[in-house]
Amino acid sequence: MASKIRRLWPPLAVLVIVLAGWQGAVVLLGINEYELPSPLVIGATAYEEAPRLFEHTKATLGITMLGFIIGSAAGFVLAALLHLIPGAKAGFYPLLVLTQNVPVMALGPLLVIWFGFGLMPKIILLTIVCFFPISVAMLTGLTKSDPKLLNYMSMIGASKSQLFWRLELPHAVPYLFSGLKIAASYSVISAIYAETIGGSEGLGVYMRLSMRGWQTANMFAAIAVVITLSLVLFGLIFVLERLFVRGTAGSKGE
Amino acid sequence: MELALEVAGVSKIFPGDGSSAARTVLDHLTFHIKDGEFVTLLGPSGSGKTTLFHIIGGLEKPSSGDVRLYGRSTLGKRGEIAYMPQQASLMPWLTVARNIELALDIAGVDRKAARILSREWLERVGLAEVRDAYPHVLSGGMQQRVSFLRALLSPQPLMCLDEPFGALDALTRMQMQTWLLSLWEENRRSVLFVTHSIEEALLLSDRIIVLSASPATIIREIEVPFPRPRGEMIWSDPLFNAMKREIYELLRPEEPGSGGRKEGQAHGICQEPSPVG
Ligand SMILES: Nc1ncnc2c1ncn2[C@@H]1O[C@H](COP(=O)(O)OP(=O)(O)OP(=O)(O)O)[C@@H](O)[C@H]1O
Ligand SMILES: [Mg+2]
Repeated sequence: MASKIRRLWPPLAVLVIVLAGWQGAVVLLGINEYELPSPLVIGATAYEEAPRLFEHTKATLGITMLGFIIGSAAGFVLAALLHLIPGAKAGFYPLLVLTQNVPVMALGPLLVIWFGFGLMPKIILLTIVCFFPISVAMLTGLTKSDPKLLNYMSMIGASKSQLFWRLELPHAVPYLFSGLKIAASYSVISAIYAETIGGSEGLGVYMRLSMRGWQTANMFAAIAVVITLSLVLFGLIFVLERLFVRGTAGSKGE
Repeated sequence: MELALEVAGVSKIFPGDGSSAARTVLDHLTFHIKDGEFVTLLGPSGSGKTTLFHIIGGLEKPSSGDVRLYGRSTLGKRGEIAYMPQQASLMPWLTVARNIELALDIAGVDRKAARILSREWLERVGLAEVRDAYPHVLSGGMQQRVSFLRALLSPQPLMCLDEPFGALDALTRMQMQTWLLSLWEENRRSVLFVTHSIEEALLLSDRIIVLSASPATIIREIEVPFPRPRGEMIWSDPLFNAMKREIYELLRPEEPGSGGRKEGQAHGICQEPSPVG
């Protein structure tokens, strides 16, 4: 734990230096506030705006979590099915990769046309964005079990379902977590985007309104909230990983 | 006496694909293991010992021949033998105790009974303090002990041990041999054991089956006469050395030029118990 804290110091120090330089530059060069507000102004704005920011953050967090959970579950189930049904992977995997070439920018408006301006199109968008990294990571984990262990399990008579539950799935767990981390960072960004294409609440909406009113400081305050949100989600997954991944398997994946 | 294992005329030919010709790995092997007997297969590297284990374990089908366990043909049936692989093969995400319980669970042992059994035996073999440790913190010798325990506690009557000490250093290997010897002499399970080491074979077995290099055929079957319980003393027995010499002669590569054998085919045979890649 002590070494963790020690590793946190260098980036924090750099951050403080950057913020100080930023503050100094804005003051010395007399930069307009609507072009680039100083960190102190951003802080003050964030404080003033806290109640509104809080409401919007709640909305964003809601759809992020919902989309992330549904997307992860879908990715997990899809990977398990593709792995367990013979021939399914060969048929579906290439198509799965193809779906990732559809630009999210095009998908957003289409989903609004099909499902209206409610919660539905946002959740669907997030689900689509989240499921892919998870199913790809899971599939890799499921199919790349140690051949030595696979051989042993077969020799002692493990059935197909025992192989899945006792060998392949535990082996895939670290891969699953690396997929979850990627999906988590995508999901916050995608939630913001999804809010800008329709709807009346959320940080996406707040940012769009701030930009329209040239309230650059509000924009920066919202960005800080988004970053914090991503970090919290990431940290949550990290803690879960610590709880679930034991032995050396924890060092696998990124 | 009932036969634990009968291998009757087993051959295995791996069909060649475009780039390689078909290969005969096992050539009409016939032997048996009596109930409670410790039999060792001694053969050069690449002679097909692991392939034979895969056939006995039901992982592969022979090209011809039959495998019977206690009189019942078990071709292609898995889970009929207790097995200890060449490398420890412990699940890295399970503790030592859970690894043993997993093997017993798959063999159909009730979970509660498995827990009691693994706890009791880890204590008996002096591994109680690593019961809740993950395998990567164990030394190679300890991992092999756990791996052996897993096979020993499995309920199937025949144990198949595939070069269990091949990856260990000479000293650890010697300790493991005497350890296994004392455990087995209490237990007297039917065992099929594979090794490269002549000394290991002489120390442990009731009978040694010497295999030729590829394709594997049986060169000789040798009864090992030393009384049990055995100990390291037999290493100084003149008979031990005479038998060692005799087996070595059987396995010695032919002089260069005198036969069609490829270079290095009998490299797997070690005089001393030495670490093997
Ligand atoms: N699936 C396979 N297809 C083709 N050839 C194979 C296959 N499996 C094994 N072989 C060949 O069979 C031969 C015997 O292999 P095997 O692993 O049984 O030898 P071994 O006696 O166990 O060797 P070692 O003592 O080094 O472990 C090897 O030359 C190997 O190339
Ligand atoms: Mg082998």
